[in-house]
Amino acid sequence: MPIFSYLATPKDGAKDRLCADLTALAYCQIIPADNHDVIVLVTDTPNETTEEALQESLKNLQSLQSLDLAFGYDEN
Amino acid sequence: MKLDRRQFIQRAAATSAVATAGAMFPGISFGDWPKLTGNSGMVSWQKAPCRFCGTGCGVLVGVSDGKAVAVKGDPNCSVNKGLCCMKGYHSVQALYGSDRLKKAQVRKNGQMVEVPIQEALDLVAEKLQQTKDKHGKDSVAIYGSGQWTIPDGYVASKLFKGCLGTNNVEANARLCMASAVTGFMTSFGIDEPMGCYEDMDHANVFITWGNNMAEMHPVLFSRMLANRKRRTNVQIIDFATRMTRTSQAADKSIFFKPQTDLAVANAICYEIIANDWVNWNFVGEHVSFHKGKTNIGYGTEDHFAFTDKAESIDFEEFKTFLADYTPEKVEKISGVSAKDIKYMAALYGDPSVKVTSFWCMGMNQHTRGTWINNLVYNIHLLTGKISTPGNSPFSLTGQPSACGTVREVGTLTHKLPHGVVMKEAHRKMAAEIWEVPVENIDPKPTYHTVEMFRALDRGDIKFIWIQVTNPMVTMPNLKRYRDGALKDDRFVVVSDVYPTPTTDIADVILPAAMWIEQEGMFGNSERRTQHFAQIVDPPGDAMSDTWQIIEVARRLGFEKQFPWSEKDYIEKIWEEYRRFHSGPKHEMAPYSVLSERSGVQWPFVNGKETRWRFNPKYDPACTNGKDFDFYGKKDNRAWIWARPYEPAAESPDSEYPFWLNTGRVIEHWHTGSMTRRVPVLHNAVPSSYVELHPEDAAELGVVNGEKVKIISRRGEIIMPAQINGRGVPPQGMVFVPFFDESYLINEVTLDAFCPISKQPDYKKCAVRLEKA
Repeated sequence: MPIFSYLATPKDGAKDRLCADLTALAYCQIIPADNHDVIVLVTDTPNETTEEALQESLKNLQSLQSLDLAFGYDEN
Repeated sequence: MKLDRRQFIQRAAATSAVATAGAMFPGISFGDWPKLTGNSGMVSWQKAPCRFCGTGCGVLVGVSDGKAVAVKGDPNCSVNKGLCCMKGYHSVQALYGSDRLKKAQVRKNGQMVEVPIQEALDLVAEKLQQTKDKHGKDSVAIYGSGQWTIPDGYVASKLFKGCLGTNNVEANARLCMASAVTGFMTSFGIDEPMGCYEDMDHANVFITWGNNMAEMHPVLFSRMLANRKRRTNVQIIDFATRMTRTSQAADKSIFFKPQTDLAVANAICYEIIANDWVNWNFVGEHVSFHKGKTNIGYGTEDHFAFTDKAESIDFEEFKTFLADYTPEKVEKISGVSAKDIKYMAALYGDPSVKVTSFWCMGMNQHTRGTWINNLVYNIHLLTGKISTPGNSPFSLTGQPSACGTVREVGTLTHKLPHGVVMKEAHRKMAAEIWEVPVENIDPKPTYHTVEMFRALDRGDIKFIWIQVTNPMVTMPNLKRYRDGALKDDRFVVVSDVYPTPTTDIADVILPAAMWIEQEGMFGNSERRTQHFAQIVDPPGDAMSDTWQIIEVARRLGFEKQFPWSEKDYIEKIWEEYRRFHSGPKHEMAPYSVLSERSGVQWPFVNGKETRWRFNPKYDPACTNGKDFDFYGKKDNRAWIWARPYEPAAESPDSEYPFWLNTGRVIEHWHTGSMTRRVPVLHNAVPSSYVELHPEDAAELGVVNGEKVKIISRRGEIIMPAQINGRGVPPQGMVFVPFFDESYLINEVTLDAFCPISKQPDYKKCAVRLEKA
């Protein structure tokens, strides 16, 4: 049951698109910065399988430049 | 609003990310943050020093609804200027492990049973008194830590030395910093570095002596790297026994055989003299030459005793002594090429280059730890590269208050808050401030740490109270000391925040407040005292270690010496303690100043901190009218010592052909009792391992992850191999991190120590390997 938070950086000019893409994904919550091209992403998945699937979805987002892990928690 | 555990973690995750973004992009704003976290969005930030290493980074702790939820570097703290390492950023999570000790426990019929903490404290006081009455004052002991706050250590010393009359007070800093102390005392007559972290912004050359700063002091290492990037004339030389992350970042690595740093340091001095790179004005005015005893032993036997004797020599005698240490001769001992020795000597010898030397456990955990500290000072003193910005021999500390508590308060058997028990004037001062009869303070030291645990094994000590440390993981030759502590008529009290192998042997466990759950002060590597307020409440019955000692002291009848209220006891203790250091050499800042700033360096005189000691431009204690004043020694000079190379206590042979070296990794703090409960740190390095050179691994027939049995004359352990990992030892050496209580590597290590500092050598013993 992992919980992670990241700083998500969009590709140039794609911040709004990235916000929409992340919001559309299950188990994700976002906090966009008001004055920088940075989005805080918090993920909370129920198990490893879901976590792996989410990671795969994140990897495939065209609007995402990079993800930097800020916090990680896993009870397992 | 009430949060469940999962919501709390989600909130902490969001807050951490926001804090990280704040550190990376100053001024960044997240208007939607309160909506996600479901609260008012109100996070208050309060200053504290980091809980972990001796760097003393300033942090800002974010608190929401009474819980610490985030950490960011304190931009107002000159130590780290807003930066933290991975342990620091995750430090608040260490407060909230699911198995946190919240209730006191007492052993009844062999089982640990939860009891109210007041009942447990009654039992502690009763057993302490009974033991003292039956077996004498030196049958009771307290063993603390460089992670004790300054008030913790102060009240421990006051109770045991001042009130109970025993010098059975020791701390785990004996295992990490004692050689640094004796190095300072023998070379300068006064403890702690003359320089400060600002040296990094001035030095052109950094030489790390057996010191993996990239992992052990990562924030300082980052500052070195930043200086190298910003300035064109900066280089880093890694002088080491194994390849580490520091080696990877250094401009040049020079590898030496274990223990031979003594010979190389002497060869550097030889070369400096041979090339006439001596700063004659400095040496003539400020240095005197000395030699001590040789063949001084290793302390592996009980009741080992040694006292050094200094004899004055002149420069010519020192030069003659060094004739045995030509670069060519030392190449054969050390494995360091004569060319590399000459290269290092040339860096130190070049008057246009500012050199800072850094060291920590590699030089201190050494059976000649005092000597190698002396020898590095010799190099800086011969060249006059000391006590000026950028020219600094700099002994780093490992723990957050090894300096502040153990060295300055003096929680070692021979020490007092000012001076030593052996000196009548120092005993008188302590007795006056403590309001105890001077006869209470015994003029004879008792047991240093290794001998204290030997005394527990022998039965000379029957009662021991252990606070903020985990000796059942960290003592060398561990099995002897664990078996000794478990003997029938021993009574062991342990104050801690989580279950550990040390709480496993306890008769009483006292739940302790941790870090910002109490008010306190730490003292870091650069003479900086750092105050922190109580920011959150401790869980359950957990109580500060200071207050636990006060409670027991009062039960023993010492209400007069421990009169303070819970409301302001830290302030009162600080102001009492500060009296010991009155005067320009060690004046401490008042409470009102400490509580406002992110640390204050002592000597703090007339409202001004002292950056560089012994230099009258910065240090108000200098009075001799010259360009330097080494006022610690009676001759007003710094001492150069003729100290020879002597081999390790145990070296590889045909039966045990490998060196065993132990140490740490960046993710974990010491024995891992806190950091292994922080998921992101635990998952990064979930268990310990043995680093092998690839060719040794091939010869043994093991690949990464396969099990290796490590066998010494004292014990054996089976653990997974790591080959070509973050560290690579040379052929004939293995390295094991000690953070993992599942692999007690100290059952294998040797309890040999430096006869002067009594600090054990965790870096060298002989082992053989088998494929398991």
